Amino acid sequence: MDITRRRLLILLPAAAVAWKYVLAGTPEAAPNYHMSEHWWAMLIDIPKCIGCGSCVRACQLENHVPDGYFRTWVERYHVDDWQMEYPKVDSPDGGKEGFPASKETGGKNFFVPKLCNHCADSPCTQVCPVGATFITPDGVVLVDQSYCLGCRYCIQACPYGCRFLNPETKTANKCTLCYHRITKGLTTACCEVCPTGARQLANLKDPNDPIHEFLKTHSVQVLKPYMATGAKCFYAGLDGSVR
Amino acid sequence: MKNFKDAAHLFRLAAVFLVGFVVFLVVRSFLVPRSFGRYGHYRANAIAEIAALPISYAGHQACTDCHSDIVEVKSKGVHKGVACESCHGPEAAHVQDPGSVIPAKLDTSLLCPRCHEVNIAKPKGFPQVETAEHSGGAACNTCHQPHSPAIGTGGN
Amino acid sequence: MYPNEVELQWSVLIVLYPFITGLVAGAFILASLERVFRVEAVKPTYRLALLTALAFLLVAPLPLQLHLGHPERSFEMYLTPHRSSAMAMFGFVYLWYLLAVLVVEIWLDYRQDIVLLSQTTSGWKRLLYRALTLGSNNISPRSLEIDERAGWLVTLIGIPSAFLLHGYVGFIFGSVKANPWWSSPLMPVVFLFSAMVSGIAVVMLLYMLVTFLRRQAIDMRCVDTIAKYLLYIFIIDFSLEMLDLIHRIYEADESFRSLDFMVHTRLYFSQVVLQIFVGTLTPIFLLGLTQVVRLTPAIRKKIYTIAGCLTLIGIFAMRWNVVIGGQLFSKSFLGYTTYKMGFVTREGLLPAIVLTILPFVILWVLVKLLPPWPERTSGPLSDATPAR
Repeated sequence: MDITRRRLLILLPAAAVAWKYVLAGTPEAAPNYHMSEHWWAMLIDIPKCIGCGSCVRACQLENHVPDGYFRTWVERYHVDDWQMEYPKVDSPDGGKEGFPASKETGGKNFFVPKLCNHCADSPCTQVCPVGATFITPDGVVLVDQSYCLGCRYCIQACPYGCRFLNPETKTANKCTLCYHRITKGLTTACCEVCPTGARQLANLKDPNDPIHEFLKTHSVQVLKPYMATGAKCFYAGLDGSVR
Repeated sequence: MKNFKDAAHLFRLAAVFLVGFVVFLVVRSFLVPRSFGRYGHYRANAIAEIAALPISYAGHQACTDCHSDIVEVKSKGVHKGVACESCHGPEAAHVQDPGSVIPAKLDTSLLCPRCHEVNIAKPKGFPQVETAEHSGGAACNTCHQPHSPAIGTGGN
Repeated sequence: MYPNEVELQWSVLIVLYPFITGLVAGAFILASLERVFRVEAVKPTYRLALLTALAFLLVAPLPLQLHLGHPERSFEMYLTPHRSSAMAMFGFVYLWYLLAVLVVEIWLDYRQDIVLLSQTTSGWKRLLYRALTLGSNNISPRSLEIDERAGWLVTLIGIPSAFLLHGYVGFIFGSVKANPWWSSPLMPVVFLFSAMVSGIAVVMLLYMLVTFLRRQAIDMRCVDTIAKYLLYIFIIDFSLEMLDLIHRIYEADESFRSLDFMVHTRLYFSQVVLQIFVGTLTPIFLLGLTQVVRLTPAIRKKIYTIAGCLTLIGIFAMRWNVVIGGQLFSKSFLGYTTYKMGFVTREGLLPAIVLTILPFVILWVLVKLLPPWPERTSGPLSDATPAR
C-alpha cells in the first residue's frame, strides 16, 4: 500500500481515533477507570492451548522482560497412563518459540500456560518487609520498582515460581496482568495474541463478564489449592498431574 | 536523693535512647513517601506509575479502525478469533505513526509452523501438519491466504 | 522446574547470616548462664562472651547488605516495616537486641573500667572513653551495686531477646509455606538450639585460644562446665533434627521423594557427611567420652578443641543445608538446579570469607579497648574489680 499524501489525510484522523485506545500517559487520560469496579482474574482453558508460545513472546515484548526470565511461560506435560504423580514436563525457554516434537509417544499430553495467579491472600505480599509488593484495590498484585529492596523474600514465598529478580533493575519482577493496558480498556498482551482464546482476562466484579457463566458450566481448578492463596487464575480442564 | 545521684548515669543512658528515638521519628516523617498507606501498606503512587507504562501492542480494535477490509476477510474465515498482532507483532508504534512505522512483511514458513506444526500435545481437533511433508518446502502462503486460510476461499 | 527457579535467590551470604546471629545468641546464652543462673564456673568467659556477641552482631547486617539488590533502600525496613513480614520485624529485634540488651549490658559491666580508663589514658582513647562514660564519673560502691542490679535485669530480658533474635531467623524460613524443606514449626526451635551449640562452642574455643595467647592457665573447671552444657544442648539439638527427619520419612508427603533424592545426591556431602557425622555425632561422641571416662586435662583440652571446631563446621553445614538445600529442588518436585558460587563476586565466597574473619578482627579491637581480664600487677586497672 503506497502512502500517498491523500491516503495519509484519510488515515491520520482514523489513526487518532485508534490511538485513543492506545493512550500512553497517566490514568487521568483514562478517567473512566475506577479501581472499585474491577476485581481482575484470568481464565485459562487448557484444552484450547496449542503451545504456540505467542503469549510468552508477546509478554516479553510488551513488558521488556529480560531473556532467561519469564513473567509467563508454557509447560508441556506427558502423563503415562495412571502415573499422575510422575509426569514428564518440559518448558524449553519457557515455551517462547513453541515446542519441538515430543520424544514421547502415547500417553496423555497437553500444554499448561502459567503466570502470576494474582492471589487474593498472596504469600508474597505477606512477606515483603517494606510493602514494595502489594495487591491493588482492583485485585492485581504489583511490585513498586522504586521501593523494592531486592531482598528476594517474595520470590522464595511464591509457591508458583512466577517471580524473578530483574538483573537490570535488581528488583523483584513478575506479571503485572498488564496493568498499564487493562486500566485503559485493553486486554493483557498474552490474551490479545492468544490465537485460540485459551487465555481470557476476566473482571469478576462485572456481572456481564463471560467468566461467570463459564465457571458455572465447567470444572475449574486453581494451581496448588491446598496452599490457600486465593489464586485468581482459573484453569478449566486442568489435569491432576499438573504441578 | 542519694539513690538518684548514684543512678544518674542510668538516667543519662535513658536520655540518650530517648533522643535517638525522637531523632528517628523526625527523620522518618521526612523520608516516608507521601502516598504511602493510602490504600494499604504500600506507596499508592506506584499504582499510577505502573499504569502509565508505555504500550507496545495496540489491541485488535485499533487495527479495525484503518484496516476494516482485512478484518472483514478475516472474520469470515477460521482465523476470525486470531488477533492481528498475534502474527504481526506489537504495532502500537505503527498506530501512533502509520506513515513512518511500517510493519515488516512476515515470513509464513517461519510464522505458521509455530501454531500449526504437528505436536502430540496439541488438541486433537486442532489443524496441524508435518510442514515438510505437507508443503514440500514451499512457503505456506503459496496456497493459503493467512487472513482466511482455508483452501477454496481464494488462495493467495 | 519452573523456568524462573533455575537461578538461586539466596546465596552463601544468606547462609552466613544465620550462622553469625546464631553465634551471637549462643554466646549471650552462655554469658547469661553465669549472670542469671549463677553458674559460677563459667565466670572467666563472661566478658569475653559478651564482646564476642557484640563483634558478631556488628557484622551480622553486612552479608544482608551485600545481598540486597538495593542496599541503599534497606532503611525502608525501619521507615515502613510490614508488620506481617518476619524479615521486617527482624530490623527491630536486631536493633533492640543490639542497643537495649547487648550494648547496655556491656556498658553496665564495664562502666567502672571505662571511667578509670577515661581518667588514665590520653589522646583519642581518652576522648573515646570519656564519651562512653556519658559524662558520669560516679563509680561509688552504691552506683556499682545499682549497675549490678540493672545488669541482672538486662540479662534477664536479654535471654528471651536472644531467643527471639535467632528464633525469628528460623521463623523466616519456617513460615514459608511454599517451600516444604523450610516450612515447619520446628524450624525456629532447631535454629535456636543449633545457635546455642555454635555460640557456646565458639566462646569455648576463643577462651582457650586467648588464654593460651596470654600465657595463662586455662581454668579447667570453666571449660569442663562449658563442654558439659555444650553436650547437653547438642543432644537436644540433634534430637530435634532427627525428629524432623523421622517425621518426614514416615509421613512421606508429596515433597518427600524429591527431597529424599536431593539429600542422597546433591546434598549428601554437606548434610550426611559434614552436618550429621562430622559436625554432630563426632563432637557428641567426643564430649560424651569426657563425661564417662576419666581423662587428663591435656587430653580434655585437645578433645574440646577438636569437638569445638567440628561443631562450628557442622552448624555452618546445617545453615548451608537449610538455605542452599531449600533452593536446589524445584517447587514442582520435578527437577533440581545447581548453586554456582562465585569467588570474587558481590555474593561470592571471598566476601563470605572476609565477613567470617571480620568479627574476629573487631573482637580483637574490642578486647584491646575493653579488656576482659584487667592486668593484676600493673596498669590503670589494677584496682578494678576482677573480671566476672
